[in-house]
Amino acid sequence: MADHIVSAFTDELDKIAADLMRMGGIVEMMILDSCQAVDRNDKELAKDVISRDPGVDRLEEEVERQIVSLIARRQPMAHDLRSVFAALKTAGELERIGDLSKNIGKRTLMLDDAVPVAMRRGVARMARPVSLQLHSVLDAYATSSAETAKTVWESDDDIDQHYNSLFREMITYMIEDPRTIGAGAHMLFMAKNLERIGDHCTNIAEFIYFQITGEYLMPHERPKAPTTGI
Amino acid sequence: MDMTTQTNHDPALTGEGADKAQTLVLPRIDCRDVSVFYSGKQAVFGVSLPVFDRSVTALIGPSGCGKSTFLRCLNRMNETIDGAKVTGEIIMDGENINSPDVDPVLLRSRVGMVFQKPNPFPKSIYDNIAYGPRIHGLVDDRHELDAIVEKSLRRAGLWQEVKDRLTQPGTSLSGGQQQRLCIARAIAVRPEVILMDEPCSSLDPIATARIEELIDELRKRYCIVIVTHSMQQAARVSQRTAFFHLGHLVEMGDTDQIFTSPRERRTEDYITGRFG
Repeated sequence: MADHIVSAFTDELDKIAADLMRMGGIVEMMILDSCQAVDRNDKELAKDVISRDPGVDRLEEEVERQIVSLIARRQPMAHDLRSVFAALKTAGELERIGDLSKNIGKRTLMLDDAVPVAMRRGVARMARPVSLQLHSVLDAYATSSAETAKTVWESDDDIDQHYNSLFREMITYMIEDPRTIGAGAHMLFMAKNLERIGDHCTNIAEFIYFQITGEYLMPHERPKAPTTGI
Repeated sequence: MDMTTQTNHDPALTGEGADKAQTLVLPRIDCRDVSVFYSGKQAVFGVSLPVFDRSVTALIGPSGCGKSTFLRCLNRMNETIDGAKVTGEIIMDGENINSPDVDPVLLRSRVGMVFQKPNPFPKSIYDNIAYGPRIHGLVDDRHELDAIVEKSLRRAGLWQEVKDRLTQPGTSLSGGQQQRLCIARAIAVRPEVILMDEPCSSLDPIATARIEELIDELRKRYCIVIVTHSMQQAARVSQRTAFFHLGHLVEMGDTDQIFTSPRERRTEDYITGRFG
């Protein structure tokens, strides 16, 4: 798309997009590192993930501040309007993803060192597809690809299935050995957090699709995996 | 006959939800393949555009795009310019207004116009309003005329401000008040359509807001077509927006759609400030 006649307008939109990508990069690493901390029982890494969250919050505030100022001064229309709307909503989703990753870090600190490796692995395994989902949706944002955004949107059921399978696995561990119930409960929350992160990626995909095409993806048309009932 | 009973449209179409439903009813004015030439040079190219009743249609586009020229076709104002020629059909109440049988003076009483710069007559506030009804023979006595003057000024939101100074010259009012006086003057002859050519461009933001509030009120009774350079104004006051460029109608649609998801690249470039 051509630049605005007022070049500062283009610069401001670019700056918002760059900050959003920075935010996305940080939370993507937070997902991976928080789960690696679970996997390796690395409490220092977990603390490090927790320490990154305030930075994400500050970036969200910064993006919001820029958007409010831009709306007030430039009154964006059409694609510009959709861009700032999508950026504002996406910043909120990324901030939530940061919170959920931080929460995984906090739970890691509470896990007993004796938690079986097999239980830890389950959560770590789920981190990969979830972070990949975020990576793809950020890619869609960076390349303005409605097609990629739609692919992400459609593939959330893979994560849901992953969650369902992890859920059953944890229940099995807890039934087999009641001493793992404490850790299992934490693991279930972590898995739920990852599943929620997947949902946030789906939301971001919807905003990006709207930004690019001006059309809404209809939630009821999205493929859904059967739920655990919880 | 009062304006409220003059149109035969479903009263359910007024207010909320009317905008979408209006696309189902016949247009108040149906412009078909309208072209305008000034001394042989074409300024408007085959524009077909329906204008719906009880709604505001905004015409936007860069300077020289033909939007004002097109607006002036709707009450045959282009005829006042030497060498101007209009082709195509502009159908109002089943009749082509360009037909030689149509009296342009009568037409202009049915299709009123408000201009960029307020242009009150150099007469009293009262006479500014009373002039039209008098020459069109709309009133029988002074009492009726008083009633029309009051009603028109009330509808234009000016009555409270001028009721005690009706004999003072119209030119003694502020710019915003003068513009509302001109709107009241247009309403006084019971038009069906009101054309507005950049009615706020010489007004401050407060006076502009008053006019916009008035437009919103008037659209419950009239069909309004407004030319504006302010896209924000078009977005605020209109239900439908038409984008003109180089004499062509590029895109026409619901205002919401035009300003959030325009279909045409040229519209997008213009309203987002990318026009080269």
